[in-house]
Amino acid sequence: MEFAELIKTPRVDGVVLRRPFLPTVEGTLCLTGHHLILSSRQDNTEELWLLHANIDAIEKRFVGSLGTIIVKCKDLRVIQLDIPGMEECLNIASSIEVLSTLDSVSLMYPLFYRPMFQVIEDGWKSFLPEDAFKDLESMTEEWRLSDVNKDYSVCSSYPPLVAVPKDVDDDTLRKAAAFRHGGRFPVLSYYHKKNGMVMMRSGQPLTGTNGRRCKEDEKLINATLRAGKRGYIIDTRTVSVAQQAKARGGGFESEANYPQWRRIHKAIERSSILQESLIKLVEACNDQSHSMDRWLSKLEASNWQTHVKEILTSACLAAQCIDREGASVLVHGTEGTDSTLQVTSLAQIILDPACRTIQGFQALVEREWLQAGHPFQQRCSQSAYSNSKPRCEAPVFLLFLDCVWQILRQFPCSFQFSQHFLVLLFEHTYASQFGTFMGNSASERSKLNLSQKTVSLWSWVNRPQEVERLSNPLYEANCLVIWPSVAPQSLLLWEGVFLRWKRSSRCLDEAYDEMVHIIQYNKELQNKVNNLRRQLAQLETEEPLLQTP
Amino acid sequence: MEHILTPKVEEVKLLDRYTAKKPAIGTLYLTATHLIFVETSCNTRKETWMLHHLIATVEKLPLTAMGCPLHISCKNFHVAHFVISSERDCQNVHQSLVRLSQPGKVEELYAFLYNPKQDEDERRNGWGFIDSAMDFKRMGLPNEFWEMTDLNKNYELCSTYHSELGIPKTASKGTVFGSAKFRSRGRIPTLSYYHKESNAAICRCSQPLSGLSARCVEDEEMLQAISRANPKSTFMYVVDTRPKLNAMANRAAGKGYENEDNYSNICFQFVGIENIHVMRNSLQKLLEVCAMKSPTMSDYLTGLENSGWLRHIKAVMDAGVFLAKAVAEDKASVLVHCSDGWDRTAQVCSLASILLDPFYRTIKGLMVLIEKEWISMGHKFTQRCGHVDGDPKEVSPVFTQFIECLWNLMEQYPCGFEYNEKYLLEIHNHVYSCQFGNFIGNCQREREEMRLYERTFSVWPFLWENRHQYRNPLHKCSLGREVLRPSTLPLNFKFWCGMYNHFDKGMQPKQSILEHLLTITQKKAEGEKKMTDLQIQLAVMDGVLADQGSPTGTPPEQTSLAPVSVSHTAENAKPLMNGAAVEEAEIELVPTAGSEKMEPVAIEN
Repeated sequence: MEFAELIKTPRVDGVVLRRPFLPTVEGTLCLTGHHLILSSRQDNTEELWLLHANIDAIEKRFVGSLGTIIVKCKDLRVIQLDIPGMEECLNIASSIEVLSTLDSVSLMYPLFYRPMFQVIEDGWKSFLPEDAFKDLESMTEEWRLSDVNKDYSVCSSYPPLVAVPKDVDDDTLRKAAAFRHGGRFPVLSYYHKKNGMVMMRSGQPLTGTNGRRCKEDEKLINATLRAGKRGYIIDTRTVSVAQQAKARGGGFESEANYPQWRRIHKAIERSSILQESLIKLVEACNDQSHSMDRWLSKLEASNWQTHVKEILTSACLAAQCIDREGASVLVHGTEGTDSTLQVTSLAQIILDPACRTIQGFQALVEREWLQAGHPFQQRCSQSAYSNSKPRCEAPVFLLFLDCVWQILRQFPCSFQFSQHFLVLLFEHTYASQFGTFMGNSASERSKLNLSQKTVSLWSWVNRPQEVERLSNPLYEANCLVIWPSVAPQSLLLWEGVFLRWKRSSRCLDEAYDEMVHIIQYNKELQNKVNNLRRQLAQLETEEPLLQTP
Repeated sequence: MEHILTPKVEEVKLLDRYTAKKPAIGTLYLTATHLIFVETSCNTRKETWMLHHLIATVEKLPLTAMGCPLHISCKNFHVAHFVISSERDCQNVHQSLVRLSQPGKVEELYAFLYNPKQDEDERRNGWGFIDSAMDFKRMGLPNEFWEMTDLNKNYELCSTYHSELGIPKTASKGTVFGSAKFRSRGRIPTLSYYHKESNAAICRCSQPLSGLSARCVEDEEMLQAISRANPKSTFMYVVDTRPKLNAMANRAAGKGYENEDNYSNICFQFVGIENIHVMRNSLQKLLEVCAMKSPTMSDYLTGLENSGWLRHIKAVMDAGVFLAKAVAEDKASVLVHCSDGWDRTAQVCSLASILLDPFYRTIKGLMVLIEKEWISMGHKFTQRCGHVDGDPKEVSPVFTQFIECLWNLMEQYPCGFEYNEKYLLEIHNHVYSCQFGNFIGNCQREREEMRLYERTFSVWPFLWENRHQYRNPLHKCSLGREVLRPSTLPLNFKFWCGMYNHFDKGMQPKQSILEHLLTITQKKAEGEKKMTDLQIQLAVMDGVLADQGSPTGTPPEQTSLAPVSVSHTAENAKPLMNGAAVEEAEIELVPTAGSEKMEPVAIEN
């Protein structure tokens, strides 16, 4: 299929672009296979380049022969295009509708994108499981890297290499996999250097209604416990949801079969509920009415902040078990690809200072989300505005980012990156020129051969100028565990994403620039003082005769 | 001291309000002015001080297995839950605190005891530090339209106003006195803020005694005079800050609001801010939300909504924005009133002034504004803050709301204010603590009668001395005379955790950007001084200054190095500077004597 067939009117002149808090631009609208472009063809005004993939929904309106298309984007921005001529407007609208909902993976933009920047370090090779394991090996000998899943036959959503206890052989892993949802047998998620405790994650055990058990599964997780020690199983579902899962073949670890483990249930919602929550939240943020009661009640009814609080609380619990209780932890929900990953990755942010660096955070996303098989493509194919019925869409990763932002806000000096990095990741999970978030698992990405055919987001991010842009000027390495407050008063609505297009960013940008400037100036000043000191010392040694008292 | 039955209680537990953490154990002391809890269970000596006059409520709960609980909540939202093992001790402490926290008369307030070791001259100068009359001069008064009058010098015109008032030049004495008879408590229309750029003015007063049909020629003339003082505008706004229903109810009592038919060219408007009783109840509900033990997000948000607090904050802000817009954009004068014109009117006029005039966004400017709109125009601090035992129905968080609106503005304009959140909290604290005399008494006449200026100290010089703490490192003067146009969409108003949960440190961010930047700005001054010193030393060693014969110490007069060193020393002498100074300093950094020498060193790194 040629894109040209889908584009009935590739170009319209005299189109007016209206965006809140920005000057209107009049210019030529062009449609290409992947972009909607509006250019005024004047040097000093910016051009709008919008990926079709970023368009969540459109609305058309007509007044006489003037058509208006309202474009609602997955990054929550809403723009308006006034298009002269009814036919042109209809053509443009229908083309956008088709181009923004193409299902075929082979037509996705990352496969067409050629980088305009020099790739210094190929992001596809930056965070290989082998390399991560080398770090682990330097700390402990109790773990090994198994290639039991090398052809993705044991678990389709796992990567080819996973870390498992050294004493457990591949055969045991295969049997344990058969007992876990989606073949997701317990694997290592995090090793806490301070006390040697670990966090593992998996899918739910397939106990079913008649209480099936699996010796190999028990052996596998018990192998992670020190003699005489108990571990914690954090089930991200409530007891009743976990109970109900039994009827569908799932379930949870019973005390009888896992006597060395204490099970704690949390209440992180399933993905369909999270998607609904996002839609309601965005709707609340777009409400232009001036009623405070209405805003607060809509915010409350969206339940978004409730989810943030619940996820953070669960992550704190996991971190607490490891760091304070000195116990190992297994985390799972149902599939082990959503709430499980929210908890394991946030717990690492809390516990491990390395995850709070720019590189370390990428490694965390790579390890705990991409390699761990979070189905990005399914979860992020629609955002808050889409009119089509949601299938598997859910803001699971966005909620994770929101929680990271909450911790960042409470510890503004402990992260090497600023919230710009989190916003950037949010944008790229929903629409991107990079192949990083394509596909639903390592196996899918490998089948598509993305590492050859597309550019990695990390290749872009790790260039010095981008690192500079994403850096947090306040950062001072903090090697401590950071415990966020989860009191409702301490958790704010993430303005950087949800209110981003709702108000002028001028004053906030200005403040940020000023802060950077102050810190930068101070650094330069300190450098200059140090240089002067050095010169002085040099002179003093060179010319001892001239030395002043 | 006669009220203190038990000055010291040992083995007292201080509970953590929110978590199940182990309570702190320590000794409770009652002094003449403070309740002090000294923790003995931890290695570092930790003290909690509570000023008696800040205590809003003391509650003794029924005896439990742990002991007898004593709940104390303060006007600055500090809450402490103690458990005292002996019920009798608890009873005694409770009884003492009830008495001590509610002084029977003003003279018992802390300000009359507080002695910062200043002599009489210092005290007098301190009281003269902020002069609201000076602010009218700053606005350009007197000018061809407005003048300052002393018609109220004996407080005969209006007992609750300042002795000096700004009125339109064309208003005769007869008009002024006539109008006073037609306004509740004689609070005539008087100048609050004069906007030089547009000639428009904000004036304030109390409600007219219009009843169902009464009118007053002098009052109509007074409004005419105000309107004429802004010759470019064909009309003026009259803003009644009350909800229309409340204002109408007042008509039956012989009060009310202006009839548009009787006053020429006025545009009348209600803005619907609720009265002091609604606000008091709303705060009560808000504090209940703050005190909830491990609430769910839903409990919290629903509680926040049901308290109505943010709705009221938004209403005050909306009114302030309306006034500022009228003056800056419509270039029309505005007359504002509520019932007595000392609560909502004070809130709205001071907010509008801040929006219009960057002076009030400076540390000193805010002092002037509070002095002018709140202290000298007769806000009833004694009753509203409940300084002394009195009618609990007169207590209302009117000033707190003003401060909160200001905080919301600062959140929207992080570079727009010279001061930071700590300054607001400190002022708020002093309004309630009565450590200084400023916020005692309801009007100038009362303060003179109480001889406050001789018996107490002013808070302003004290705050000014500590101004480095209150500085906003991000402040940019370059915003110039910009009128602030904040968005008042509901989503722009946040719950002020820093105020209402200020003492619950666990809820605050664990690292403070403000503190971080304040430290840096402090270092900056030191660094600049250090650099200057080093440059001079280097120059001396290089021989540049050798022939001047002053190799060390502070350089007296240097021609070669003058641009760098002199200006830096001057900057250092002044309070820490903001962005403008940074840029200035940076330019100067380049062409210094050491610059050629510096480069090779820099490359080596």
